[in-house]
Amino acid sequence: MIKKITLTILFAFLLAAALSLHPFGEPVFTEMDDYFIQNGQEETGSNNIVAAVLFDYRCLDTLGEASILFGAAVGVFIISRKKYV
Amino acid sequence: MISFPFIIAISLISLGFFALVLKRNLLKLVMAVHIMGSGVNLFLISLGYREAGIAPIFTNAPGLNMVLPTVQALTLTNIVINIAIIALMLSLAILIYQHYGSLDTRKRKLKE
Amino acid sequence: MSKIVKTITCLVSLPIIVFGLYIISHGHLTPGGGFAGGAIIATLVALLAVAFEKRLSQQLFSLAESLGLLLFIILGFFGLSSSFFHNFLAKAVSFGPNPGSINSGGVIPLMNLAVGIEVFGALSLIILLMSQKND
Repeated sequence: MIKKITLTILFAFLLAAALSLHPFGEPVFTEMDDYFIQNGQEETGSNNIVAAVLFDYRCLDTLGEASILFGAAVGVFIISRKKYV
Repeated sequence: MISFPFIIAISLISLGFFALVLKRNLLKLVMAVHIMGSGVNLFLISLGYREAGIAPIFTNAPGLNMVLPTVQALTLTNIVINIAIIALMLSLAILIYQHYGSLDTRKRKLKE
Repeated sequence: MSKIVKTITCLVSLPIIVFGLYIISHGHLTPGGGFAGGAIIATLVALLAVAFEKRLSQQLFSLAESLGLLLFIILGFFGLSSSFFHNFLAKAVSFGPNPGSINSGGVIPLMNLAVGIEVFGALSLIILLMSQKND
């Protein structure tokens, strides 16, 4: 019972936070994204701005992502060995 | 002004939290984590939407009013991390089932 | 599985590879990229494992996974003249909507290829390891 009351209070707080956000369709802080849209094509030569952000501006982020996938595959490989079963 | 995408994203995240606390089956816990990840994806995408914008791709684009590209890159990262988490949790669930013979989190009896 | 499933798998396997390679190589012009293309090619491995019920070897996918990540990091070291992960092959494109060419983009298509190889290896390895029965 105490769990359900706590979760309902948490949901109420999240709902209040969602209602006090900026209205849908009008983002607030757009300086960085406007810079990417205006200059990304001339600086990287890529028409897809999402690819330019992924592989040029925030490439260390992508390196971490690929490392996480590599680590997950190695973890599954270690867990499903027959030695531990 | 009520913005419905934020409310739906908050509802998905809360649904995942409810199932994560109240359920006992391990597969349902894995599904709860995935639902929470989907709610975060929807929240990020709807955070960067611009009124009547198109995808930020210049190949034969009809206009120059584009949505924000950074949140879409972060969403791509989040999808891959979700896949990695789900794979690890499912293989751990397989290991637990082979040891204990049950997927219930309350039953802790070793299989003979 | 039955003969129909095996025949359809043989027919459809080559278009799946071509479509995945198209998604990977046009990642800087159209929606898609290395992650989506690698996942598309990895579905072929799941299809083969379901249709032929033979235990595939894991050495190839393990090698592809390691090779992709290594290629990605080596491409990062090539741009070290100014900074790590610098786009040293970038060719300027005029601003505005244009049909685009596959030659532009500098190092981005190569990184898409590396990430595609890595995602293909990792997802295939996960699928194969979780579908084997060990009792």
